[in-house]
Amino acid sequence: MLPQSIRGGLVILALILVTSSVFGAQENDRGRSITVGSKNFNENYLLAEVISQLFEDAGYAVDRKFGMSGTMVIYQALRAGEVDVYVEYTGTLAQVILNYSGEHLLDDFNRLLAAEGIEALQSIGFNNSYAISLKRELADELGISTISELAQQSDIEMGFSIEFLNRSDGWSGLVKTYGFSQQPTGMDHGLAYRAIDEGSIDVTDAYTTDGDLDLYGLILLEDDLNFFPQYFALPLINSSLSPQARNLIAELSGRIDEQRMRELNGRVMLDGKSFAEVASEFLQEEGLVERNANSSNATMWSNLRRNTLVHLQLTLIALSLGCAVGLPVGIAVYRYGNLSRSIIYIAGLMQTIPSIALLALFIPLFGIGRTPAIIALFLYSLLPILRSTITALLTIDPALKRIAEALGMTRMQQLTQVLIPLALPNVLSGIKTAAIICIGTATLAAFIGAGGLGEPIVTGLALNDTSLILQGAIPAACLAILTELLFEMLERVLIKPHMLVGQLPT
Amino acid sequence: MSTSCIHYQNVSKSYADKTILEGLTLSIPANITTAIVGESGSGKSTLLQMANGLVIPERGQVAVFGSTISRANVTRTRLTIGYSVQGAGLFPHLTIYDNITLMARLQKWPIDDIQSRYHYLLTLLELDKDLSERFPYSLSGGQQQRVSLCRAMMLKPPLLLLDEPFSALDPVTRDTIHQEFLKLQQAETRSMVLVTHDMGEAIKLAQQIIVLHDGKVEQQGSVAEIQDHPASEYVETLFRLGGQ
Repeated sequence: MLPQSIRGGLVILALILVTSSVFGAQENDRGRSITVGSKNFNENYLLAEVISQLFEDAGYAVDRKFGMSGTMVIYQALRAGEVDVYVEYTGTLAQVILNYSGEHLLDDFNRLLAAEGIEALQSIGFNNSYAISLKRELADELGISTISELAQQSDIEMGFSIEFLNRSDGWSGLVKTYGFSQQPTGMDHGLAYRAIDEGSIDVTDAYTTDGDLDLYGLILLEDDLNFFPQYFALPLINSSLSPQARNLIAELSGRIDEQRMRELNGRVMLDGKSFAEVASEFLQEEGLVERNANSSNATMWSNLRRNTLVHLQLTLIALSLGCAVGLPVGIAVYRYGNLSRSIIYIAGLMQTIPSIALLALFIPLFGIGRTPAIIALFLYSLLPILRSTITALLTIDPALKRIAEALGMTRMQQLTQVLIPLALPNVLSGIKTAAIICIGTATLAAFIGAGGLGEPIVTGLALNDTSLILQGAIPAACLAILTELLFEMLERVLIKPHMLVGQLPT
Repeated sequence: MSTSCIHYQNVSKSYADKTILEGLTLSIPANITTAIVGESGSGKSTLLQMANGLVIPERGQVAVFGSTISRANVTRTRLTIGYSVQGAGLFPHLTIYDNITLMARLQKWPIDDIQSRYHYLLTLLELDKDLSERFPYSLSGGQQQRVSLCRAMMLKPPLLLLDEPFSALDPVTRDTIHQEFLKLQQAETRSMVLVTHDMGEAIKLAQQIIVLHDGKVEQQGSVAEIQDHPASEYVETLFRLGGQ
């Protein structure tokens, strides 16, 4: 019994190694190509797009791995060489990545980063930190421009985001530093601006580069006691980047201040322009690229086509692997043992790991991008295929199994002539379930830079842009329905109608 | 030995804690039809399935035409043993033609031989050729049972095992199939073993009868011998009930 399970395990391992090496090889073989990453919020997308277009204008092929969820995901990707450059913030770099509490000096950062093969470049210029904001008219009326002055005011309504109220570098620290005595209320950050607009609160927390500050006529008070940590944007790059590539990125150093970043963010948030458009406008305004250079203003349709193809590719490879492993293992488990239960439990266990967690767990093992996504999808497809194969074989009428034996069929003939044909309807519906799970789960693969239809969803979530979310969600739903139809056709071709009688619709 | 088709030597078999057969030794003669008659639970099906290796005796040996059944030769031996069961046991995913000819095709018989054997059997059991492309579910119980007999006979096996093949049929259909079975006996003389609980059927179809009761042979002999000299009250009762 044991050798069989070991053999099965080795097969899976081998498949994983083969796929990862195949994809790995593709990614290393890039010539004059560069991979730009971004986190999943507005400003970071925009900066990544600016860097991408800068490279494209210089003749590089750019691979955009945008919308990665969380600092550690994208930083690990950079460390693994799967991303060449992304924009980080000094505060995050110090606290989250380096666990460093000293002063934010580029040389200190680079000393700590050197061992990881990573380098920080000069800041892009702006500091995207917390700030305290209020209406310009009110500030003028009260005659205040600093937080110290605000702390002296008594008749002021304050409403802060819940996160700000709970962070040590938020309200509690602010009280200690500036000696506020007022009681603030907690509310959603998005609602706070509207509350200010309606006059129900006077002051709220903001980010220094928020795109909609201007829309609401808000100004930021000066942090005169230097309480808020600094979050200067700076590019982190792979140390192996060529001098030309570095020089290109370095073009951005000091070029964008808070006001400028706010205004650029506003073009996306308020004017509804795409990142590509705003990035292209910015680069032209700065004279960094030729006018109308081949900016990658990809249209919605070409994006849709690319994302759908990637999505299908992820799903198909994962599903084929799932079948290649699940079907023979299912048959072997049925044939050789009482392992069926334990195998189904193990496969079931993998199914219960939340997809996002599984994807995150894979980053140290397989990096980011398609390889870990495919491996995760493969694991998700395995359970329905395994389970349906084993169950289908176990539930075949035992009388028919005995007849097949009694007629003098060899084991192989029993399998090919009787067991597999009789198990086929259930196995096929297991594969169908796996396919639909894959299509659904593959949307999450965008969080680790694998692309696909999850990409517009992730971007849309970051921008709170419903139409963008739908550009991913609708085609994904269509794919699921198409898959359903495709399998119905397949059933009709492969299975005689009377063999489907009594089968539950799945 | 040479006159027996199946020889059981001291075989025992039990399921869970229930002993079915205990140290049974028995020879079934070749070239005639022998009926093994008994109630359900008498061990008659177990006895039959030992002959084609579906049931492995815990102790003792079973020989078919003189060669002892073993793991190594069981698959090959089964090719020489036809097998038909109650409820027909046809493969639902195969047409009637495919059901009957499956083993011949797997044995790589020439297509002409398959065709002629197939049509011969169809005629013998009075099955319509139009049924060939149909699937088992669309056939009546009697038709399915005939198809099952054809499948069992396809490879011209020297031994045919029949496990209550006619029990589930209505009396009229059963009578018709009995007639066809007798025709089959005439046309293809071979060793046949019929397991049945119906003494009337045994008398009608077999030349030799073995009465099995609680895993023991109550009596073995020709139909006339048993009819004239029942060895026990049990055998006599079976006759009386079967005669009705």
